[in-house]
Amino acid sequence: MYASVLRNDSISNPPSTAHDSPSVFAIQGLECWYGTHQVIRKVSLIIPERRITAIIGPSGCGKSTLIRCLNRINDLIPGFRMSGHILFKGRELDDPAIDPLTIRLKVGMVFQKPNPFPKSIYENVAYGPRIWELHRDRRLDDHVEKSLRKAALWDEVKDKLGQNALTLSGGQQQRLCIARALAVEPEVLLLDEPCSALDPIATGKIEELLLELKQRYTLVIVTHNMQQAARVSDETGFLLMGELIEFGPTEKLFTTPGDSRTEAYITGRFG
Amino acid sequence: MEIAHQHATKRRIGERVISIGLACCGGLSILTTIGIVAVLIVETVAFFRHVPMWRFLTDTQWTPLFANKHFGIAPLVAGTMLTSTIAIAVAMPLGLLTAIYLSEFAKEGVRQAVKPLLEILAGVPTVVYGYFALLFVTPLLQRLIPQLAGFNALSPGIVMGLMIIPMVASLSEDAMYAVPQGLREAAYALGSSKLQVSLRVVVPAAFSGIAASLLLAISRAIGETMIVAIAAGQQPRFTLNPFVPVETMTAYIVQVSLGDTPTGTLEYNTIFAVGMTLFLSTLLLNLFSLWLRERFREQYA
Amino acid sequence: MPDRHPSKIVERLFKLMALGALVIALGTLTALLVDALLDGGGRLNWQFLTSFPSRKPEQAGIASALVGTIYLMILTAACALPIGVGAALYLEEYVGKHWLARVIEVNIANLAGVPSIIYGLLGLELFVRMMGLGRSLLAGALTMALLVLPIVIIATREALRTVPSSIREASYALGASRWQTIWHQVLPLALPGILTGSILALSRAIGEAAPLITMGALTYIAFLPDSLLAPFTALPIQIFNWVSRPQPGFHANAAAGIVVLLAVLLIMNGLAVYVRQRAQKRLYL
Repeated sequence: MYASVLRNDSISNPPSTAHDSPSVFAIQGLECWYGTHQVIRKVSLIIPERRITAIIGPSGCGKSTLIRCLNRINDLIPGFRMSGHILFKGRELDDPAIDPLTIRLKVGMVFQKPNPFPKSIYENVAYGPRIWELHRDRRLDDHVEKSLRKAALWDEVKDKLGQNALTLSGGQQQRLCIARALAVEPEVLLLDEPCSALDPIATGKIEELLLELKQRYTLVIVTHNMQQAARVSDETGFLLMGELIEFGPTEKLFTTPGDSRTEAYITGRFG
Repeated sequence: MEIAHQHATKRRIGERVISIGLACCGGLSILTTIGIVAVLIVETVAFFRHVPMWRFLTDTQWTPLFANKHFGIAPLVAGTMLTSTIAIAVAMPLGLLTAIYLSEFAKEGVRQAVKPLLEILAGVPTVVYGYFALLFVTPLLQRLIPQLAGFNALSPGIVMGLMIIPMVASLSEDAMYAVPQGLREAAYALGSSKLQVSLRVVVPAAFSGIAASLLLAISRAIGETMIVAIAAGQQPRFTLNPFVPVETMTAYIVQVSLGDTPTGTLEYNTIFAVGMTLFLSTLLLNLFSLWLRERFREQYA
Repeated sequence: MPDRHPSKIVERLFKLMALGALVIALGTLTALLVDALLDGGGRLNWQFLTSFPSRKPEQAGIASALVGTIYLMILTAACALPIGVGAALYLEEYVGKHWLARVIEVNIANLAGVPSIIYGLLGLELFVRMMGLGRSLLAGALTMALLVLPIVIIATREALRTVPSSIREASYALGASRWQTIWHQVLPLALPGILTGSILALSRAIGEAAPLITMGALTYIAFLPDSLLAPFTALPIQIFNWVSRPQPGFHANAAAGIVVLLAVLLIMNGLAVYVRQRAQKRLYL
């Protein structure tokens, strides 16, 4: 029943924002637990298509848990439980008829620490298409090149595709992880503090890349770096102790926050 | 999306099959335990149908292969305890000294050199130790103790102890290594010497871990077969004299297995009754050791 | 500061004792090796390696035992490795912290402490009698497989734990299934550790005589096993047989057999070290 309401994009309860693009995710009353420890409390928000949505908040506030619900990778953690609704393009994400694996095909993820497979650069990018049997042989080669170009890495690695991915620098490894995620042609890319292990120059390159990628993809980025959220995102949500305190256009949230706690956080009084 | 969905469905069936297969592999270890227990129980029950349990426990003679049959486990238990006690008397002081030295005194270079050598010592097949006990240690001891018989409990006991040193040393060292550095520093701050810290702080703190390693060592000595089968003799004797031939539980099983005892006879059943005794005693020791180790881990984790 | 208590002397004494303990342990190892080499060196030649057992010690050889040991190990590995790795995968990658995992874990720890001779009794009853395999190579290998299984499982679990969880997450995030993740990412990374641990487990099995004697392996075999159901003997059994005889000639054979057995073990351990070092180079470049 939520589905029909949400698809019409006219919900009464959740803090909706005025935007013209249709929603990709509609989250309603989400609650999460690890064992008996509750980490997300009644979170509702809408993630618009082809925009960058940032989730900020102090460490331990549940922001990673929140985006990890969006590709159901939390399912793999023993003791994890969630309730509430997440609709992905109008369909319940935990609909038993949907294989979580196919969700991850549509919703890619990039992690906090670059985690390339200890294999060649080529094998890293080709892994996704191979397990989904998307492309073969020459077409796979082309596809790997295309993905690396999208991640702005092609020029740096085109002569050493056979080299072990661990020989790359940290920033290059993270862009390789982005290329790897893009190679299965997702619609959404979740980024869990993608720059926290990188230096400022590498961070700048990734942010540039994100702005480019939003032409074609919906991006959700978790960051504890408020400047980063302010620089790249269109919408921002502020999460505190598992509660979504405020959600809205980035500019508004940073200039005229509606909640005193948001204001305290963005002015650096805690966190 | 549809193709991907079909693909995923196909994969999901494969996943199911694989996970069931792997679960069977895991279950096999439980089946092994059940198998051991079942085999021992079935044959032991068959044994006790012919021999009353009180005679098994109280008779002091073990002569199932003779015409005048006696079925008292006591001589075999005495032989086993005798050799094991000698082994532990050798392995405990030497193993603990080695452990304390490696954990508290030795430089990193010495540790790196000695540990693999100890591992080699532990990896030598027991039949080799048996040869060593019978043909090297026994003649050597006979020069010191003229009344020592060619087969005896002393020589295999000592050799078994030497074999167990690495086990005691490495498990005890692990336990001492796990003692928090803060405890040591606190003792040093009070002006204790290195030795005082080792003996009065580290060893007591690691006590349950060290005790666990000793229990495991005892269990190992009780279950050890080839050394005693080769060098201790095959004469079940209710004695605590280390200079005369004895027979351990394990050596008896080997003795019967080498002969041509037809299956289903009472003689055949005896090795399972003895095996059951052996299994129960080592199981108790292992469980106790495991429990102590768990407690130790909880203490410092 | 004056030395108030004689702690310095006591400490030196303690160090001396500890060194003495080390010397005894390592001296044993040396004496063992030198003794075997001195006693058996004279018997070590091609004829010894290629001859069958005989009533005359100078004509006897270890061909059937050496070949038996090699066959036995290949078969044991073929049975124990897939099952052991499978069980470890199930425990590490599937059940996680489920109570069932705990039960299996305690069970495996206990199995690892069961005396090897008990496995011989199990093999005798289960494989030799009930399954009717007789005192055959296959029955021996199955018995040995059960014996090494706990060690293989423990070693494999340790190897699996060294694979960082970030690698698993990366694979799952691309929509890979559990098995695809294991097969393509986890196993290749854990393989060197698994192989090293398994080789060490097998090298323990090579030296085991008790379970084989108990399940009824023969001590006098004058031919090579030609099928899975053929009777067999193995190096430690042959050595045991020779040690147990009164004639010194056979004792020399036993010593020579020991040298061969230790050489086989040395080769296996060298292989394990080689696999480990090669893998380390590959992982850390």
